[in-house]
Amino acid sequence: MSNVLSHLSAEKVAEIELHSRQARRKKRWRDFLEMVGNHSILITFSVIFLMPLYLVFVVSVMSKGQAETRSLWPSPWVWHNYVEIFTAVPFLKWTLNTLFISVLTTIGTVVSSVPPAYVLSRLQWRGRNTTFVIILGTMMLPGQVTMIPVYIIFSRLHWIPSFLPLIVPSFFSSAFSIFLLRQFFTSIPDEISDAARIDGCSEFKLMMRIVVPLAKPAISAIALFSFLDSWNDFFGPLLYIVENENLWTLGIGLNQFQGIHHVDRNMMMTASVLFMLPVIVIFFFSQKVFIEGVTLTGVKG
Amino acid sequence: MQKSKAMAAFSPRKRGEGALAPARKKLKVPYIFIFLCMSPWIFGIIIFTAYPMIASFYQSFTKFNLIDKPEWIGLDNFHRMFFEDDDFWKAVWNTLWISAISIPLRICFALLTAWILTKPKLGKNIYRTIFFLPSMVPTVAASMVFTYIFNPAYGPINRILEAIGIKEPPFWFMDPKWSKWGLIILGLWGIGDTMIIYLAGLLDVPKSLYEAASLEGATGWQQFRYVTLPLMTPVIFFSFVTGVIGSFQYFTQAYVASGQVNDYSHSMYFYATHIYFSAFRAYEMGYASALAWVLLVITLICTLIILRTQKRWVHYPNGSLFK
Repeated sequence: MSNVLSHLSAEKVAEIELHSRQARRKKRWRDFLEMVGNHSILITFSVIFLMPLYLVFVVSVMSKGQAETRSLWPSPWVWHNYVEIFTAVPFLKWTLNTLFISVLTTIGTVVSSVPPAYVLSRLQWRGRNTTFVIILGTMMLPGQVTMIPVYIIFSRLHWIPSFLPLIVPSFFSSAFSIFLLRQFFTSIPDEISDAARIDGCSEFKLMMRIVVPLAKPAISAIALFSFLDSWNDFFGPLLYIVENENLWTLGIGLNQFQGIHHVDRNMMMTASVLFMLPVIVIFFFSQKVFIEGVTLTGVKG
Repeated sequence: MQKSKAMAAFSPRKRGEGALAPARKKLKVPYIFIFLCMSPWIFGIIIFTAYPMIASFYQSFTKFNLIDKPEWIGLDNFHRMFFEDDDFWKAVWNTLWISAISIPLRICFALLTAWILTKPKLGKNIYRTIFFLPSMVPTVAASMVFTYIFNPAYGPINRILEAIGIKEPPFWFMDPKWSKWGLIILGLWGIGDTMIIYLAGLLDVPKSLYEAASLEGATGWQQFRYVTLPLMTPVIFFSFVTGVIGSFQYFTQAYVASGQVNDYSHSMYFYATHIYFSAFRAYEMGYASALAWVLLVITLICTLIILRTQKRWVHYPNGSLFK
């Protein structure tokens, strides 16, 4: 570099340095502008995404009268709504019902989806690929086609209204969970299993002691998904428990709010906040699991 | 073609091939273990899929009210559907309308939000969380919240719209012409889970490709159009298929929203709503089964058409749909 420079006059060198400095400054300026532009777009979008959550929250702490005035800021702040909701409607019962169903459904899904996913990904057997294609096919099947006969089965068993129709099917595997787990299981190197097999490890032990611990991220993902699915489910409870008020879940209860005449709009929003709060808290604690799970099922590559 | 491609992707990894093969002991396939492991799924598919499909196929040719025995009526249900049932056509029209608008819109919006999320270096996790958060909100809560905040009388959204200069904001869910737009906005708000898949796809695009493109003098748009977009086609394709299947079954949001606002003109009456009302309000199980089977056939046809077009526009770098 200095070799080249020595051929140039001092003025020339100064000029070049000036130019490069200007260019650098220009670039820095451009980068800065780009950053400002990006962040202003992102902030605009963030405001839009957060707006409904903000609005539902402020209405939830408004008085009944103020909730009907289109105001954007509560005055006074009626925190009491969050106490009153538990006496105005059987909110605690709805929550416990929802929690009960969700927890059992989650257990059912995990227990009944890990073994099929294991044999579909870690063992070779005739008909394996056909089975997997059928599983993918059932994922595409509209639930409406099977809904009515399944409803009839449950009604013949006198399970309507009860939690059983919502919980029992989860113990018969979920195609989606099998799919997600299989994707993960196939990424675990075969050599681990081969080594264990040569050491005389039984297939069951191999699954429980070696593969399952390694697949913790995927198992947490399906547990999380089935919990949330069940927590957020509306259609299932609408079919099976709507007739008995004691069995109502949060979703059903919230939707029937209007029917309960002494409950007002601000309280409706209070209930909505309480309904989404657990989900949002869960999300903050399990973001990584969550996003990994979503991307695992989205077709990548 | 598609089938063979998919099958190729599923074909077992050839084990024991190559130099090491003879040395490796051949393992016996533990069929009993496999059967035991698969049994929840096997019983599940018999009880909750195979039998119900056969039963509902049969019921679609019957008159059946859940209490009396199904009575065979041949093709009457289908005749009624296509020639006598105005609600059916209303539901079909609404469903096609919302699919045609919301599927492309959702794809574009997911791509856009994911794309701008790849830009910042600072605070990217915060933005991601914010963009993703709405998709976590339970559907019922989201629908209730939207019908409330979009309410023309007491909802704050129209006040905000007026404040930014929109003179006569629409009545949203109260207006049959606008109610479906309300639902579409509700759907776009919860784009997060689709967006994350797009984001993962975008982050997978090798940086070297962009560098090469910019050396060739490609502008930002050209990079997007000729580098990003082709590599994103598998993800777009996937969300297109799931989008079609999902929007044909669109139910909860519309059901909750129309319950909140008394949707007299049935502007939020969709195909799945029609099935639900036929089955569990009118107790016409036979007719509802026929409706469900028509839905299945339409879904299948649409999926097959999309799969057919795949060759023309979807670009698989590894040559297969599954890893």
